[in-house]
Amino acid sequence: MTLAQQVLQQLINGIALGSVYALIALGYTMVYGIIRLINFAHGEVFMIGAFAGYFIITLFNIPIVPTLILAMAFCALIGIVMERLAYKPLRNAPRIAALMTAVGLSNLFQNLMVYFKAVGASPKAFPRVIDISRYEVMQDVYLTSDKILTLVVAVLLMVALQYIVHNTKMGKAMRAVSQDKDAAQLMGINVNTTISFTFALGSALAAAGGILYAVSYGKIIYNMGSMPGLKAFVSAVLGGIGSIPGAVVGGMILGITENAISAAGYSMLRDAVAFAILIIILLIKPAGIFGKNVREKV
Amino acid sequence: MMPVLKTTDLTMRFGGLTAVLDLNLQIEQGELVGLIGPNGAGKTTVFNMLTGVYRPSEGQIYFCDELLCSAQQSLLASSIAKKGISRTFQNIRLFKDLSVLENVKTAYHQHVNYGFLAAITHFGKFVAEEREIEEKALNFLELFGLEDRRDELAKNLPYGEQRRLEIARALATEPKLLLLDEPAAGMNPQETQQLMELIQFIREKFALTILLIEHDMSLVMGVCERIYVLDYGKIIAEGTPVEIRTNPKVIEAYLGGDK
Amino acid sequence: MKKFRPIISLVVALTCGFVLQVFINAGIINGYYDHIMSKMAMFIIAAVSLNLINGICGQFSIGHAGFMAVGAYASAIITKNPALLLPETVVGMPRYLLALIIGGISAAIVGFLVGLPTLRLRGDYLAITTLGFGEIIRVLLINWKFVGGASGYFGIKPYANFITTYLLAMLTVVIIRNFITSSYGRACIAIREDEIAAATMGIHTTKYKIIAFVMAAFFAGLAGGIYAHLMQSISPRDFSFLVSIDILLMVVLGGLGSTSGSIVAAIFLTFATESLRAFQALRVIIYSFMLIIIMLFRPQGLMGGKELSWDAVQSFFKSKQKQDLTSAKSTEGEG
Repeated sequence: MTLAQQVLQQLINGIALGSVYALIALGYTMVYGIIRLINFAHGEVFMIGAFAGYFIITLFNIPIVPTLILAMAFCALIGIVMERLAYKPLRNAPRIAALMTAVGLSNLFQNLMVYFKAVGASPKAFPRVIDISRYEVMQDVYLTSDKILTLVVAVLLMVALQYIVHNTKMGKAMRAVSQDKDAAQLMGINVNTTISFTFALGSALAAAGGILYAVSYGKIIYNMGSMPGLKAFVSAVLGGIGSIPGAVVGGMILGITENAISAAGYSMLRDAVAFAILIIILLIKPAGIFGKNVREKV
Repeated sequence: MMPVLKTTDLTMRFGGLTAVLDLNLQIEQGELVGLIGPNGAGKTTVFNMLTGVYRPSEGQIYFCDELLCSAQQSLLASSIAKKGISRTFQNIRLFKDLSVLENVKTAYHQHVNYGFLAAITHFGKFVAEEREIEEKALNFLELFGLEDRRDELAKNLPYGEQRRLEIARALATEPKLLLLDEPAAGMNPQETQQLMELIQFIREKFALTILLIEHDMSLVMGVCERIYVLDYGKIIAEGTPVEIRTNPKVIEAYLGGDK
Repeated sequence: MKKFRPIISLVVALTCGFVLQVFINAGIINGYYDHIMSKMAMFIIAAVSLNLINGICGQFSIGHAGFMAVGAYASAIITKNPALLLPETVVGMPRYLLALIIGGISAAIVGFLVGLPTLRLRGDYLAITTLGFGEIIRVLLINWKFVGGASGYFGIKPYANFITTYLLAMLTVVIIRNFITSSYGRACIAIREDEIAAATMGIHTTKYKIIAFVMAAFFAGLAGGIYAHLMQSISPRDFSFLVSIDILLMVVLGGLGSTSGSIVAAIFLTFATESLRAFQALRVIIYSFMLIIIMLFRPQGLMGGKELSWDAVQSFFKSKQKQDLTSAKSTEGEG
């Protein structure tokens, strides 16, 4: 295997992982954009999405696409309930209180899952919903069917999201609320509905990410959301938090670098490198790659 | 005699927008100068450059013949304050959750001589210096009629008193040049009158040089000896209140609608 | 009278500490509670120091466990290797105390290196870099074979007894309180309140942010050192992101900016964590529920930024007296 082939193979793997990060990061970035909250429980929605997929498949034995849709709908509901119960009452409280609540929720979700007999603390094998077959793209460079699935679903969802945000009334409302909540309200936009919708959208994307991740890695566990969640958050910040294309680019950068580092034989340092990249980028561009540097008005 | 403040071709651009263009100011020791102009003329931007909040795109600022900043190098806002320029803000920026007294005490920061060890032990010079700061701060509050409010949180003061406290805080840094950004904004005529007297008073008492941005014409014409008029970032007129009042350019740009 | 208040407070606090230690020696307080009380004192140091950054200086740091890890490993290495850095003749308690200081200084140096570039970032971005830094430290420790890597560093001598930890916590509180009430503290608070106004008052904002950050890192390192010699073994897991969050929770629960609030919350949360152990699996669930409920109903924290002080106590009793009087009067009226 030549170096070029190796690089290409790792690039493919990196993009697949990166698109999962991107799917989670989109939720982070939209929620942050609209209510300035780092929703630390978002990684847990990813985990719940994977488990929802697991239960749907084992109980009803249906193919991947309807599973995806059902799990996304379920997580969208969880997102809405989470926002209504835990974040809405804190909208005017100090921001750190909402952040602590998010951390509390994250802990709560994880441990409720452990407490839940059907999940427990040990990993579960995710059912094989698709045949994992390998296709040789060129000599010694392979694409597996799970990666194709991940890429296709991720791209479709991102296109859909782009359409919703830019071409629908709800998307316009989302953009308006993220600019100025009060002004949006005065223009007759229902701010509460818009925020709920944002949570629903973000949570559905995370659920899709969870299932795609589970299909690729074959195993799911109650705390599977924490590291990818943190990484996705890093991706969102890397790309410029609040920016949708930023989240996608950030996710890709992180996915590709992580794969490169693992391939180079330093997989133990992978997590440290992800954060080191983040810190370096923030030092060079304090608002992330696509973030706008806002000058404080004096 | 050297001017206290001199700017040469001072320019500030935000992206494609030129907020201030080729500004040349010169203010002598002890003068009380007004800077007026319509909304968005760039007045506050001038203050932000003079106090190091923004770095100018072009031009230089000299304070007592010393280069404070240019596009190439600029002192930090804190260093400029230490040189002796102090200011108030158009949209009052008090330390809201601190008491009135603490607000003024904070402004004595640069005159504190005790070190870190004295600070964490409260030994050594700490006791004497803190007592001195407190006395000085209380004197200031008395001067501004705020002594009864000393333990009130700054955010709980009525608007006029917040303005006065901000001036007191600016003065507590013991500046040579005081920049007042719309000190009479939101005040009623009676309060404005009191403020005018106060400004005259502090200027004499502390031998200050003052540059004042103001919308309230009666205040500017009443207290200032010399006035600069700014429009679209450029100086369109300069002179005594009488000259300004009769300057056709000013009338057109600024007073036109009024008279 | 007012002048002697700090001295009275100190005497009361010292007496409490020694009485508790006498109880421990006499067996009235058993080993289990001795351990919990030491832990409380350790967390007080961690929480009060984090409050200095987050509450007083208004910067958003969530990587405190990283500094604790630096202090913990640095001091443990010194007490475990008798020839390292300190002369071999320095043994036992003096070696422990010096090791703690070295741990604190190591954390402070790391704090300086982290703070210098990152403190110019604002709010959430600073939070993320501190979080990232904490994770980097953890990953580096996992990969460092000399201190046991992921499995942990064992056989640390149990030097951390109650009274030394208590006294160190007292010392920390006194130093940080003094700092806050000095011109240094006023500068930090001014930065929290309005950074631009603070700068135009002649406060070098970056300098004071770094001072607060480095000082907090020092005390976090101290707390980490105590932790190592209390638990007798440490592993990178002990300093995960969640531990940073636990300490942040103490600060937020106590009320951002309130030193006494941080102390009360550190005691309360340590106690709550320990007493919930009986519930085993439900423990974290109850704990998280509690956290969410508290945040929903008291987002400003227990003390809401205020301090527990003699004046507050006095006015509390005075208002109570008044209430009693008025209620007495009203009942009289009714009669």
